Amino acid sequence: MKIKKGIPLIDQHDKSGFYGGKFGGNYVAETLKKPIDDLTKLFEQYRNDKNFLKERDGLYESYVGKPTRFIKLQNLTDHLGGAQIYAKMVSDANGGAHKIYNAITHAMLCKRAKKKYICTDTGAGYNGKMFSMVAKKFGLGCKVFMGTRDIERQKPNCDAIRKNGADIVPVNSGSKTLVDAVSECIRYWVSNCDKVHMGIGSLVGPNIFVKICGWSTAQISRELKIQLEEEFGEIPNKLKLINCVGGGSSAYGFWSEFFDYNKNQVELIGVEAGGPKNSKLHAAPLSKNSKIGVLHGAAAYCIQNSDGQINETESISSGLDYPSVSPIHCLLKDSGRARYVYATDEEALNAFKLVTELEEISPSLEPAHAFAEAIKIAPKLDDSTTLIVDSCGDSLKDKDIIKKHLGSYRR
Amino acid sequence: MISPISLAFQKCKKESRPALLTYTVAGDNTKKKSLEILKSISEHADILEIGFPHNAPTADGPQIQNSSYRALKNGIKLKDVFQIVKSYKKEKNAKPCILMGYYQMVYRYGERNFVKKCKQVGVNGLIIVDLPWPDNRKFAKLCKKNSISFVQLLSPTTSKERMKRIIRDSHDLNYFISMLSTTGGKLKVSPKKIMENYNKIKKIKKSKNMVIGFGITNKTISALKKADGLVVGSALCKVIGDSIKNRQNPVTKLNKMVKSLRNKIK
Repeated sequence: MKIKKGIPLIDQHDKSGFYGGKFGGNYVAETLKKPIDDLTKLFEQYRNDKNFLKERDGLYESYVGKPTRFIKLQNLTDHLGGAQIYAKMVSDANGGAHKIYNAITHAMLCKRAKKKYICTDTGAGYNGKMFSMVAKKFGLGCKVFMGTRDIERQKPNCDAIRKNGADIVPVNSGSKTLVDAVSECIRYWVSNCDKVHMGIGSLVGPNIFVKICGWSTAQISRELKIQLEEEFGEIPNKLKLINCVGGGSSAYGFWSEFFDYNKNQVELIGVEAGGPKNSKLHAAPLSKNSKIGVLHGAAAYCIQNSDGQINETESISSGLDYPSVSPIHCLLKDSGRARYVYATDEEALNAFKLVTELEEISPSLEPAHAFAEAIKIAPKLDDSTTLIVDSCGDSLKDKDIIKKHLGSYRR
Repeated sequence: MISPISLAFQKCKKESRPALLTYTVAGDNTKKKSLEILKSISEHADILEIGFPHNAPTADGPQIQNSSYRALKNGIKLKDVFQIVKSYKKEKNAKPCILMGYYQMVYRYGERNFVKKCKQVGVNGLIIVDLPWPDNRKFAKLCKKNSISFVQLLSPTTSKERMKRIIRDSHDLNYFISMLSTTGGKLKVSPKKIMENYNKIKKIKKSKNMVIGFGITNKTISALKKADGLVVGSALCKVIGDSIKNRQNPVTKLNKMVKSLRNKIK
């Protein structure tokens, strides 16, 4: 399995939507074929349209705030002794996470499709929050599908969603988390696709949703590339880009400018949710060698039983608590361009603790998984290596969970 | 050779009525009960659709989701689904059976193994909800080779050009989804409008049998009886759920319900 150079990874699929011949596709009900075809045409029409891009860039500038900071974590670097550690503070983005990029694109497409309603799924609540923000800004009605377990554990984001005037539709089926929220959101779209635009919140789902999401989050690495050149005058020789991976939207965005570099120069490390240390449950299909399965319209590595039923997952981080992963990350794994590891709940919490003690930043539990890996490998590397962690979400939404596990929460 | 599915439609046409197709989930709520249900309702139904449950269904409404959930909770596996069909097919007056479900289950089992197993146990047709045309061409061919009808789905969103191409590739049965909905939604289009749409599609190739499904209940079925066949699913799954809740026997309840559906279209 090989990756082509000079072509965006999101476009390296065949005519049926498969990456590497077997990941992705469009496994959807007949009713959704037309809305998906329409959305595909719409996106292809606008993705290179000057006015569309101008509007988007204007929103990134004045609404999201660009660029998000690129900072050195000197105290953490000194404490660990080894590689130089930096962070790309994507959590600076309006709303507090990378999900804003995808939400903006979907709202802009929804407007151009002349639809008045938008729906989406959410796990950590960030995607729901961002969709509710852009819906408000663009004057769209908005429904956010969310598992009842996540509604309980991500209250601050739920409050924000409601404050923005969007409806949260509680999903009580299955494990009551992101996987069920996505299923319910797709079911809602099946029934209302004539009036409602659907945006999937990560780099997953039928092919077009993977493409729109990756196209949107790519902003992260466009900024990073410029910031690297400003800081180092070039792309450093020994660079490692570490990102947490649930569906994989922020990782794709963080890495997208760097796929063409030799992996000895720019190594890409994805960190999945390993779940509680002493539990068999996890949300790490790539690093724990799950088999390929079809979920939410796409074939990808997926946590499942021998009969094909989707297995329950567990992670302290709602945003990573998903049994499958983007077809693009499956391609990156099998082609060897990226490598995937996992961090346990405990490791993520410890990483959060250490990072917030030493630095003036406060990553949410999702990027805390990426920090856990950085903390693990930094001491083994010398100071000519540059580690950059994508701090893709702010911890405020996790304050209750953190308080429960660490006794206190300070931001 | 004419397929058992086509034969069933021929028989109904002779009797000047639409075929009645039922949908129940294999293993709801136990293997034994669901087999009893199939045996009992085949007295009044012409073709039995049997769902193989999946726990991440993207096109099912609450009734079928609940049915699947009950079956899965009782530990139903694909091998049990095949066993149920096999046992049912040993009945003297067994009707044609169509298995219906999601592609993930087929994918995990292996396409070839799945179709082979279907043939072995006597499955006559397959509906794979999330394997639309043209992606299903290869799989549909494999089915045909094994004397299994692959049922193509048509929806109100399907363009006329696409309809023509799907129908051209179809086997002996197509399934028209009545409205934009998951299974079992409230009928939001009038039966008259549904029949208008149906007749437009039917004209493309009259020789192909076409059934209507989604949202059909006791109340709406007679208004649609000019179709070749009608599928009732969620309404039956609801009866099973209700009778379990009320500690009644789902077998007799369902028999009564299917009988009354049949009486409305005869």
